[in-house]
Formats: sequence, structure tokens, C-alpha cells
Amino acid sequence: MKDDIIEKLKEAGLKGRGGAGFPTSTKWELVKKAKGNNKYVICNASEGEPNVFKDKHIIEKYSEDIVNGIEIAMRAIGANKAYIYLNKDYYKEFKNKLEEVIGEKNIVLFEKKSRYIGGEETSAVESIEGKKAEPRKRPPFLTDYGLFGCPTLMNNVETFYHVSKIAKGEYNKTRFYSVNGDVNNSGVFEFPEDMTIFQVLKKTENHPSFDFFVQVGGGASGEIMLPEELNRPVPGAGSITLFNRKKTDVFVLMKKWAEFFHVGNCDKCVPCREGAFRIYEMVKSGKLDYELLDSLFLSLRESSFCALGRGIPIPFQSLIEKVIKNEKY
Amino acid sequence: MKNIKFKIDNKEVEGVEGETILHVARRNNIRIPAACYHSDLEPETSCRLCLVSIAGRKGLFTSCSVEIEEGMDITTDSPEIKEIRKTNLELIFSQHIEKCGTCVRNYHCRLLSLAKECGIKISEFKDRKQNFPRYQFGPSLIFDSSKCIDCHNCVAMCDKQGVGFLNVEENGNFWEVVPSKDIKRDCIYCGQCLVHCPSGAFEEVSAVGDVEKSLDDKKKFVVFQFAPSIRSSLGEEFGLDYGTVVTGKMIAGIRKLGADRVFDVSVGADVTTIEEGGELIERLTEKKGLPMFTSCCPSWVKYVEFYYPQFIKNLTTVRSPQIILGGLTKTYLAEKEKINPKNIVVVSIMPCISKKFEATREELNIDGLKPIDYVLTTRELACLFKKNNINLAELKDEESDTPWDKYTGAGVIYGATGGVTESALRTVYEKVTGKKLKQIEFKELRGMEGCREAVVKIGDILVKIAIINGLGNAKCLLEKLKENPSLYDYVEVMACSGGCIGGGGQPLPTDREIRKKRAMALYGIDKEWGIRMAHESPVVELLYKDFFKNKKIIHEICHTHYSPKEKDKIKIIKEK
Repeated sequence: MKDDIIEKLKEAGLKGRGGAGFPTSTKWELVKKAKGNNKYVICNASEGEPNVFKDKHIIEKYSEDIVNGIEIAMRAIGANKAYIYLNKDYYKEFKNKLEEVIGEKNIVLFEKKSRYIGGEETSAVESIEGKKAEPRKRPPFLTDYGLFGCPTLMNNVETFYHVSKIAKGEYNKTRFYSVNGDVNNSGVFEFPEDMTIFQVLKKTENHPSFDFFVQVGGGASGEIMLPEELNRPVPGAGSITLFNRKKTDVFVLMKKWAEFFHVGNCDKCVPCREGAFRIYEMVKSGKLDYELLDSLFLSLRESSFCALGRGIPIPFQSLIEKVIKNEKY
Repeated sequence: MKNIKFKIDNKEVEGVEGETILHVARRNNIRIPAACYHSDLEPETSCRLCLVSIAGRKGLFTSCSVEIEEGMDITTDSPEIKEIRKTNLELIFSQHIEKCGTCVRNYHCRLLSLAKECGIKISEFKDRKQNFPRYQFGPSLIFDSSKCIDCHNCVAMCDKQGVGFLNVEENGNFWEVVPSKDIKRDCIYCGQCLVHCPSGAFEEVSAVGDVEKSLDDKKKFVVFQFAPSIRSSLGEEFGLDYGTVVTGKMIAGIRKLGADRVFDVSVGADVTTIEEGGELIERLTEKKGLPMFTSCCPSWVKYVEFYYPQFIKNLTTVRSPQIILGGLTKTYLAEKEKINPKNIVVVSIMPCISKKFEATREELNIDGLKPIDYVLTTRELACLFKKNNINLAELKDEESDTPWDKYTGAGVIYGATGGVTESALRTVYEKVTGKKLKQIEFKELRGMEGCREAVVKIGDILVKIAIINGLGNAKCLLEKLKENPSLYDYVEVMACSGGCIGGGGQPLPTDREIRKKRAMALYGIDKEWGIRMAHESPVVELLYKDFFKNKKIIHEICHTHYSPKEKDKIKIIKEK
């Protein structure tokens, strides 16, 4: 059974590279087994969080591999149509190039016009169906009930790239890291997937001599880490943004995050719609009411409808605990 | 169905497969606060108040959406849950502008009672919806978007009704509920948005002030008339059980307000039945204009006129009961009692906000006079009673006034889905066959399903009937009729679920169980009542003998016409 791609994915231990890290072979298996005459494959290229830009790099350099990965998926699960779901900017920039690579294959480009939440997988499906981008209740999962009610396989751009590599026998357990901020060498780097934050900074010659902190795994939802916490792998979507501690205005930083969540969410549930807005207002005012923030964070973390809302407290809480409370602001 | 045993707050409870935690909790009188939940709709799960924890599972769950499982051990009120609930409710109040002083929900505000229950400060945050617009749709409905808490129940309901007039659109950084700008979408005033709104953002265009003015005006002869369906619902506003019949008390209360006459619109319904029955027989014999559609529901009429004008010819030309009775008051009664009809003010108490729209239709005027001057909803009548310290529950029964003091069971059941058809068939049967109807009740026409079908044999004719309640079902039916016009002979449509007993003007809350109880009460009256056929009503018989002497006068009072409608202008109104 070595020829079976799903077996190969399992053997390679490939995990989804959109951030959640779900085992790719399991997902494929589920869609393959799901009953349905129509099945779809969706390549999620909606990368939209600040400071995360590795998918763009991959589309730029390896669009053949992406399309190849999508085709492999279509064959493996029995889909006859696939979508590449691109954010507005990528759609504009890569439309022609991708269409050329796709040629006659039944792979359609879809331009994401919605807010950031439209990148979340169920919201993406709603979007493609022509509805308001808003997360669906789960279960049912996309693998059973996805696009137009059909079993649907959705993977991130990078995942499809690695699928292609695995099929060709060229996979070396690497992943892509976006590095930026107060660094000399910003960019996207392909390194082994188990490298630590520290190693990535060292290897890219970005580990600074000044006092700093980093935000890892996403430029809005990622956690703040101090220099002594970097001996761990890079979480989420693989981004590291470095901040010069002295030069960084933490209120400007928090305002960016708060605005991003307030503008990018779907407004469906109360804690996220109203909570994100109140955090934004508070941060803008330049005064933090810790008691109120704690209530909002608790409510967001424990009662938001989807992962976007549940994750909002992470950057703020880690910045406040590790940085703000230890300095005189 | 499988029985499921589980625990809520250490209490052993039972439910059946498919039920949600919230559903079972409510049945067992375990309070779980919830704002956006309504049993008529798929759970939106947006308010995040009905949170519970389940032993052995990570995180919190919305009890409105999670189905019960054997052995679940559920906690509804841990300190953490209470704290989160408080925060979320405070956030809900941070959107909703409290205009409690002028709010129609003042007496039963779901949000305020939640605030008390959860012990929150309703002004924790500065209201963000300051200066949000107040829209008015036609002469019926107001949407005050500054009270909206974005649960989208109204949008879901408007879609379910097949109307799609209310939408969610992006405005700046927020999504908002807005009326559609599409010229092909218009409000039909069913008011189901209002019924399903937890925050009082929707209200009827009030006529309370106008009615009070008329009552104070000594020169005016004020006639109140009340719809069949409100006798089994008004009591709810005064703490009586669902389905309590309060006809006599209501009449007494209306007299206390100072009305000169009180009439029962069921008498108007009996006239509608006779006329509509006659028209049905005519159309069936000539095989023309079939299927015939009922026209008692003004939302349905506007729906046809606006969305499906090709079916206008199918609507019966007979006027609705309130219009017929109002017209009779200003002609027959005025003549009989020698009152200048210009001094008569007819106030119609309806379960409906669309009836406010119907009352403004100019083609219904008789000699330039409107048959109905003001329409009050059931809620507005309750409001008038409360303002005047009239406690309905304590009043002694009184009877309605002559010359229309005798109603029939046929008229009363107009208030429930299928009632119009059943009343018409009772009369049509006896007219066509010349025989006495042995089985008066057409049980096959009753029920709460959104679309029911029946074939009824009348003499040699088989009448194919469809009964629709919930306008969304009418859309499917019209699409089917486009393909095959001979599917049915007679179609009854009521825009609201359950018919008028579930109307947009009825007491809140309204849900499936409540609608059932209100309907049962009406069928109960019919069963106990001596006269159960419209054509056996002595007052109606007298009317035809005394007043309806020729076709012209019958036509003027009882019939009308319809025309295609264009989209109504949406008004943005200033604060009252």
C-alpha cells in the first residue's frame, strides 16, 4: 500500500499548516470515506493575519507544487472540482500566474472579499456559497457536510505544497517561517519543522543584542514570549515578529491587535462583537482597566462562538503579564 | 423515541432524543437565562447567556443548541458561568439603548428581567448605538435599530416567511440589521420579526394616543370591535393562563374605557363566510378563477400583490371581517341609530399589525369614509387597560351590543389556521347539498402543520383544499401552482404560524405551545356554542333581510379589488 498517498501522508506525519495542526492523513481519510456524489477540495490561501506571509511566498515560488498537491487530493478523495480561496491581494497578484499553471484542470480561483474571519474554514465555505462569512456550528464538520453540503477537504497552501513534495519523495519534514519586526533579515525561511524560536532567530541572524520580546504564531493572535522562553517550537502559522522592547509603544501595538479583531471578526456572538470593540475603545483611550479586561478576557476565552474570539485574550494577556506589568507605563 | 435520563444541577431529569438541554431545563422549571433563544427558530447561539458546563467535557456549551445525552451531568450556575453571563449581558446592554420610559415592552421586558436575574448594571458601558435610526415600514411597523442587540432572529424569521426584507449588512466596522434596498423586496407587515425579537427593537405603529383622543371627544361615537382570536390571548397580559377565554371580561373592560358600542368581529366573519362561500360555489361551478385564495390576512394579500401579482385574480374579492363590520357600523348602524357616520370612530382590536395597513387601503372606503379608523393590537388594548387601571382578571362578564350581539362558532374559529376554510365549508356544504351537515367539525382541516391538504366532498363536487400558515410555506405553494394551476380549488393562507392566534399583534411571548393553547380555546368555544354555522346566525340573517337588499349594496360593503403594489418608501423617523 506504499503507493497510497494517504498512507504516505500518515507515514510522513504531515500536519495541517494553517495553524491548527490537524493530521493531514486523518482529514483526507474522513473525506474519502464520507458519502456523497459530489466532493470538493479547497485550498485555503486567505492568509490574512498581520506578520504572516509564508503562503504568499509559497504561491510566488511554488505554484506548480500547490496545484499538483490539489490534484493529488482531488484524486485521493474523489473530488471533481477544487477551489483556491485567495485573499483579495493575492487574488489580484497571482490570478494570472495561477490560471496559467491550472490550465484546463477543474480548479477555480475564488476571491475572498470578506473580513479576516472569512479565512476560518467554515466561514470560507459560507463565503464561497455566496453567504455572509460567518463560522458554522460544528458538528457537522466540513469533512461530512462542507461546501454546498458536500464532503469537503480544506487544507492550507503550505499543506498542499508538502503533499506534492511527499508524493515526489522530496519531503524533508520542513516548514516555512515568516520572520519580521525589528530584525535585519526579515523574510520567509524553510527549515526543519521542529526548530525552536531561538534557533530560527539565530539561524536567520536575527537574534538581537538589545532587549526584546517576540510575538509568535500570528501577528495578532500570537502569544508574546520573552527571550528566556524561546526554547520551544514556533506555534500556529509559523510567524515570529521581534520587538525592540525599548522602542516599542505597547499601546500602539495593542491598538493594532484590537482594531484587527474588531474589524476582522464576524460580529455573530456577543463576547467577540462587543468585547473586541470595548477592548479597542479602552486601548485607544490609553488607560487599562484591569478588572474589566479580566472579565472581558474570561468571557471571550470561555464563551466565544469560534476560535477567533476565544483566542483574542492571548496576545493582550501575555503582553500585560510579561511586559506591561513589569515596566512603568 | 428514546428516553434519556441525565442530571441538571444535581436534579434527575428526563427528556427524549433530539431535545436540547435548555428545552428540558425549562420543562423542569430550571432557569437558564437566554436572550436570543426562541423555540420557533434554529438556535442562533449568539447571546452566549445560556451557557452550561458538562462534567468531563472541556469548556462551556450553549444549552440552547446542545442535545441531551444519557448520563450527562450539567451545571448551569457555577461562579464562572455566572460571571461570564453577567459580562455578556452587560455587553448586550452596551448596544441596546434603554428607552424604557416610552417602550411598549416596559411591562414585560425580557432584557430587564434578565438584568435583574443576573444582577447586572445595565449602564456598565456607554451605549454604542446612540443615534442609530428608527425606521418605519408602512403604517404598521417600527424598527428602532438603537435597541437592536444583533441576535438576527428578525432576519431569520423574515427569511423563514419567504420575505427576505430584513438583511444583515456591513456598515463601517459592524454588521447591522437593515431593511433591504432591493426594489423587489418589501415588508408585508406580518410582524413576526417583532414576535421573535428579544429586545423590543420592533413595535407596532401605535394608535393608542389617537384612540384616547377619540374617547375624550364628546362629539365622537366610538365603536370598539374585537377580533375572534384575541379572546383567548388577551388574558395573558393580565397573568391568566394561556388559552383562557376572556370575551365577557374584555367587553366589560372596553366599556370601562368609555366606548359607546362594543362589537364582536366574528359577526363580520360570518358575513365574510357567506359571501366567500357564495363566491367559491360560483367559481367552482364556472370553473373560473381557481384556486380561490382567502383574503382575510392582509399580509398575504400584500404578498400576492407585491411578489406574485399574477395570482391577484385568485384572491377572493370578499373583504376581511374587520372591514365588513366597520363598514356596516358606518352605514347600517349609522342609519338605524341616526348617527352621522362622520362622527363614528371605529376602533378595531386585532391580533395583527398588518390590519393597521389594511385599514388604510383607500379602495375600501365607503362614501369617502374609512370603515376602520384605528387598529389597536391585542398588546395595545392591554396597555390601554393598564393605563386606566382596569384589571381584566377582576371584571365581570358582559355581552356585546346589539344589533350584533349573536356570534357563531364559525366566526370564532377564524382566529386559528384552517378556521376560515372550515367555516366556509360548513356553509357551502349546506347551501350546495341542501342537507344538514351531520359532522360539523372538519377535523382534517385542523392542526398546526405549516401546509395541510385535504379533499372534501360536497355533493358531487370534490374540493381540493390547501391550508397554509407561515408565509414561507405559501411561497412553495405558489411556485407549485405556477407549474400546475389545477392542484387546488381553495387555498387558505395566514401569514403567521397558527393563524391569527400567532399574529404579530398578540401578547408576548408567542411560541408553538402557546399558539396551540390559544387555538384549542377557540375550538372549545365553537364546540360548546349553540350556533355553529355562519348562515344560521340570526343577526346576519336579519342583516340580509333588512339591509343587504341588492347586489350593489352588498358589493359596496363586502367586496373589493386588488392591484399590483410597488415598494413602499422606508421612512426614517425622528425620536418621539
